[in-house]
Amino acid sequence: MTPIIDARGITKHYGKTVALDGLHLVADAGQVVAVLGPNGAGKTTFVRTVATLLRADAGTLRVAGHDARKDPAAVRRVIGLAGQFAAIEPAMTGRENLEMVARLFGQSRRTARASAGAVLEQLGLAGDGDRLARTYSGGMRRRLDLGASLVGAPRLLLLDEPTTGLDPRSRIELWEAIRSLVHGGTDVLLTTQYLDEADHLAGQVVIIDHGKAVAAGSPTELKRQIGANIVELHVRDACDLPRVAEMLGRLDHGETEIDEPTRRVSVRVDSGGEGLMSALRALQASGVELEDIAMRQPNLDEVFLALTGRPTEGSGAMAAAAA
Amino acid sequence: MTTIAPALERPRATDRRTGLVRSTSTVTRRALLRYVRTPQLIVLATVQMSLFFLIYRYMFGGAIHIAGMSYVDYLVPGFIATGVLFMGIGTATAMAEDLEQGFVDRLRSLPIPRSSVLVARATADTAILAWSTAFTAAVAFAVGFTLHGSAVDGLAAFGLVILFGFAFEWVFITMGLFAGNAQAAQGMGMIVFPFAFVSSAYVPVSSMPSWLRVFANHQPLTYMVDAVRSLTLGPDAQAVLGHPSSYYVGRSLLWTAAIIAVALPVAVAKYRRG
Repeated sequence: MTPIIDARGITKHYGKTVALDGLHLVADAGQVVAVLGPNGAGKTTFVRTVATLLRADAGTLRVAGHDARKDPAAVRRVIGLAGQFAAIEPAMTGRENLEMVARLFGQSRRTARASAGAVLEQLGLAGDGDRLARTYSGGMRRRLDLGASLVGAPRLLLLDEPTTGLDPRSRIELWEAIRSLVHGGTDVLLTTQYLDEADHLAGQVVIIDHGKAVAAGSPTELKRQIGANIVELHVRDACDLPRVAEMLGRLDHGETEIDEPTRRVSVRVDSGGEGLMSALRALQASGVELEDIAMRQPNLDEVFLALTGRPTEGSGAMAAAAA
Repeated sequence: MTTIAPALERPRATDRRTGLVRSTSTVTRRALLRYVRTPQLIVLATVQMSLFFLIYRYMFGGAIHIAGMSYVDYLVPGFIATGVLFMGIGTATAMAEDLEQGFVDRLRSLPIPRSSVLVARATADTAILAWSTAFTAAVAFAVGFTLHGSAVDGLAAFGLVILFGFAFEWVFITMGLFAGNAQAAQGMGMIVFPFAFVSSAYVPVSSMPSWLRVFANHQPLTYMVDAVRSLTLGPDAQAVLGHPSSYYVGRSLLWTAAIIAVALPVAVAKYRRG
C-alpha cells in the first residue's frame, strides 16, 4: 500500500541555517506517526513542508501519492493542518469557524453546515458551537482548531505540537480525540517534544535532530533500545549522594547520574516495577533517608543521550522543564 | 438536523481548487465579521477619524487662513483623503497579526487560490474604509462643510477617496507581510506621517519652507488631495488651486495606477514565497 508520506532527502535552508538536512521519512497509512525532537530539530519545518506551506530546496516528497512540488493543490485537498497557535477566528462562533473552512474546501452552504455540525459533535463542542470562539477555554480552542482541520475530511492530519501548553486534562481529551480519528480511518502525523505523547499515540516514532532522522521505530522498539524507565531518588542529605549512587550502580541497572543542586540520583532501569523494587530494597537496607522516590519515563534528553551519545542542546532547560 | 455518519464524505480525487469568488468572499466575510464584532476595532474605525477631524477643524481652524474660503471647506477633502493612509496602518497590522497567529498558515494549507487571501484583505479593509469615510463626511457636513460643486461631484470625490484607499491597501498589505508581527507593522506604519502631513491636505503647500515644498509637490498625496478638493470646490477649484479638476484627477489616477502596478505584484510575490 502506498505510504501516506514518502519523504526522501528533504533539505531546507534559511540563509545559512540548515533546518532540514536530508530528512528521510516514510509513513505507512492507518496509524499515527510521531515526529519527536527538541526545539530547533526541524519538526515544524518538516510539517510545514508536508502541508505545502514551504517548498523544500531538495529531495522528493509525496503525500497521499501526490507530488508536493508539482501538484501542491492536490495535496491541500487531502490534508488538514492544526498547529500550536490555534488558527481560528475569535470573533466568530465555533460553528461559523468550521463552516468557513468547509466552504473554503469547496463545500456548498448546506454541506458546510452539515460538516460543521458533525465535527462539533465529534469533538464534544456541540453545546458551545454557537458561542464566539473568544469565549472558549484554551483546551476548547485547540479542539476547535483540530475541528477546522477535519471539516474537509482529510486523509492526513498534520498536528504541530498539538498539546503544548495544555493542562493535563485537556491534553488527555485531545489524545482521545486523536485516537478516535485514527480508528475512523484518518492518518495522523504529529510533532511533539514529549516522549509520553509519542508513546501513547503513535504506531511509529521518528526521532529527528538537526534536520535529520536519527532513529525510527515503534515506541516499544525505541524504548527497548534505551531502557524503558528512570528511577529517581531525592535524598535528604547531600553527602549521601555518592553512597546511594554507588549502591544503585552495583545493582546492575543502567548508568547512574547525580545532580547535586537538587540532591537527586537517577538510574536507568528496565521497564516494569522490578527496577524500582530492587532500588527500594537496597535503600531500606542502607538506612539512607529519602525525601522522595519516583519512577518515570525517560525524557527526550535521556532518549537523545542514549541514541546519539550526546546531550541535546539546551539540555539544562529541557531537564528543568521535565522535572 | 441531518447527521452525517460515520465519517464525512472524502473529497473526490478529481476535485479541483475552490473557486476564486467563493474563496475570496468567504475570507472577506471573516475579516468584516471580525471588525464588526470586536468593539475596539469597529468603534475605533468609526470614530477615530471623526475625532481627529474635529480637533483639526476647531483647534487649527481659527489660526489657519485660506484665501477666499473657510478652513473647513479646505480641510475636509484633505483630511478625508489622507485618512486612507492612517486607516491603512490597520490593514498592515491585521495582515501581520494573521501571519503571526497562524491564520495565514491555515489559509495557505487550503485548496484555495493564493490571491484570494490578499484580495479578501484588500476588499474587506476598503469596505471598512468606505464606512469610516462616510461617517466622517457626515460629521463634516454637521460642522459646516459645504459642497461648492454639485452632489454628483461630491459623490465622485468620495469615489476617488475609496479608489485611492484601495490602491494604498496593497502597499499596506505588503508592509504587513514584511513586518511579520503587529508591533513591527505599527512601526513601519509610521511612514505615512510625512506623506500625510507634508502635502496639501491640511495647509497650502505654498506656506511650507522650500525644502518641504519640493517633497509635497512631487508626492502622490498632494495630487490625490487636490483631486478630491477640486471636486468638492466645484467651480471655485480653478481659482483656489490653479488648475482645473481634470488636471488633478488625471494625475491622481496615474499615481493610483502606478501604486497598484508596483504594490500588488510585490504583495503577491511575498505572500507566495512565505
